[in-house]
Amino acid sequence: MDSKIKIGWFSFSCCEDNTIVMTEVMNDHWQEWKKLFDFRHARVLKANNVMDEFDIAFIEGALAGPEHVEKAKQIRSLAKKLVAVGSCAVVGLPAGQRNAFTEEQKASIDYLVTRFGALPEVKKVSDVVKVDVEIPGCPMDPKVFLDKVNALVTELRPTITED
Amino acid sequence: MHRIDIRLNQICKVEGGASMDVVVDDGKVKDVKFAIVEYKRFFTEAMKGKNIAAIPAHLSRICGTCSNAHVMAAIEACEDAIGIEPTEQTRILRRLTMHGLVSRDHALHLYLFVMPDLYGKDAFLDFDEDDSEQHQLLHDGFDIKSAGNELSMLVAGRSVHATFPVIGGFLQFPSPEKVREVVGALQAARPAVLRLIEIFRKAPWHLDRQTKFMALVPDDSFGYIGGKIISSIGESYERKDFRSHLEHVALPYSQASAYTYKGESYLVGALARINLAKDKLHPKTRESAAEALKLFPSTDIYHNNLAQAIEILHSFDESIDLLTQNGFKPEPIIKAPMRGAVGMGVIEAPRGTLYHKVVMDDKGIVTDGEVIVPTGQNQVNIERDVGVLVEELVKDPANTKEKINFEIEKLIRAYDPCMSCGAHFLKVNWK
Repeated sequence: MDSKIKIGWFSFSCCEDNTIVMTEVMNDHWQEWKKLFDFRHARVLKANNVMDEFDIAFIEGALAGPEHVEKAKQIRSLAKKLVAVGSCAVVGLPAGQRNAFTEEQKASIDYLVTRFGALPEVKKVSDVVKVDVEIPGCPMDPKVFLDKVNALVTELRPTITED
Repeated sequence: MHRIDIRLNQICKVEGGASMDVVVDDGKVKDVKFAIVEYKRFFTEAMKGKNIAAIPAHLSRICGTCSNAHVMAAIEACEDAIGIEPTEQTRILRRLTMHGLVSRDHALHLYLFVMPDLYGKDAFLDFDEDDSEQHQLLHDGFDIKSAGNELSMLVAGRSVHATFPVIGGFLQFPSPEKVREVVGALQAARPAVLRLIEIFRKAPWHLDRQTKFMALVPDDSFGYIGGKIISSIGESYERKDFRSHLEHVALPYSQASAYTYKGESYLVGALARINLAKDKLHPKTRESAAEALKLFPSTDIYHNNLAQAIEILHSFDESIDLLTQNGFKPEPIIKAPMRGAVGMGVIEAPRGTLYHKVVMDDKGIVTDGEVIVPTGQNQVNIERDVGVLVEELVKDPANTKEKINFEIEKLIRAYDPCMSCGAHFLKVNWK
């Protein structure tokens, strides 16, 4: 029998709407996911999270601080496939809306950006690491998510037949 | 006795990122810092210059899980500014939108975040399908979540960032066939909600610290839209007062604004709502949850979990009535001329009272805005409770640091905090 597919689910700067959509998709798929997936790191689902290796790592959210950039690089180094989920991860918006502020607006928020050590400009995930699959949307479309995940499962475990 | 520094860098099974620092010296808690560590996304600054029609969808993106509450609050604020009175059907559809949100959001919290602690598991998906009780819980949890999700999709288009509700009405309306399907799903999952209430009625966790609480209470029923803001000391406030009864507190270590009420911490959310308005719950809910309701009013924060379970039942019961007793017909969107005005929206989001304020010019362009979220209001109360908890735990030398950390996380989870909401601000008046 094939080993379970190791999953990482990571959230950076965003509203975590894709996490909610994922947990709603789970309503209809939790039984197969229980058999198929080993959630190694999914802070929203569990407390004992492990950063060792991932067959598929999902990243939602834009990268807003230097530690986000470092963490994204670490995730990339541990993941066979890296999937950017949702608008903030794929195009950097709306989490990165401050990038398009006027000079006056930027000046008004500058002390907050500086106080917490945020990046001067918010980045989308592909600005920092190679992304294998993108699932756009705000939030992602559940059907597109399932199609992309099923395609990855088939690629990673060709002997598993999807129901 | 020695000094103990407790630091939880990343609290799990909550919405968004938060950390907790506690300093204990000579058996006394000297400092507690609950920090929301999400980077600011500046939604209120980004409101400026947008047409008012774009504001509900824009502010919805503050938070995924609470998104439909933000949509409702923003619509109410915009309609208040423009001077639109929604139709009776629109009011009903908005109530149903909130019931869908409350059902799926509370179920997510209670099953996926809290239930593993109750059963000594790391994750809800770790529950054993071969164990009859755990098997039942797995099915119950996803059945309730699914029914709430179906209700949201029926009425609001999506359970996240709803697409049907807009300023002035709804863009689409439930069909009789779909209504029958969703009513069937709610009726089928109702016994699961009763089992959920029993689990949290019997849950062995308690932490009771006297505190104030506050909620928006509708005039005619238990709910989440309309009415007055009522506090546990018997005072009431109108929507137009916005946040004049709250004091802003600067917490320089947190990305979110905190608030106090009459100089002290207070709590908002399901526990506050059930405490203040349990007599207004749906009659079937009052009958089926009679034993559990005897525990309220309560300041035991773990009763927030029980209050959430009762609210799911109320949402199911009222939704079944609203869906079966009303036929839904297409209605045009109400329009009104733009005017320079200020509008307020106040909604009970799943985690507590949510305030939106919109300032617009006579062309319908937003010039300013403000949003106050429940987790910001609970922040100081969380710190006070953690202080009491830790001081009690350190009295027993058998309590390891791991045990104390676990208990702190469990307590914070009982509040069901939402850090995505907490960290959207621009104006934090730190000196």
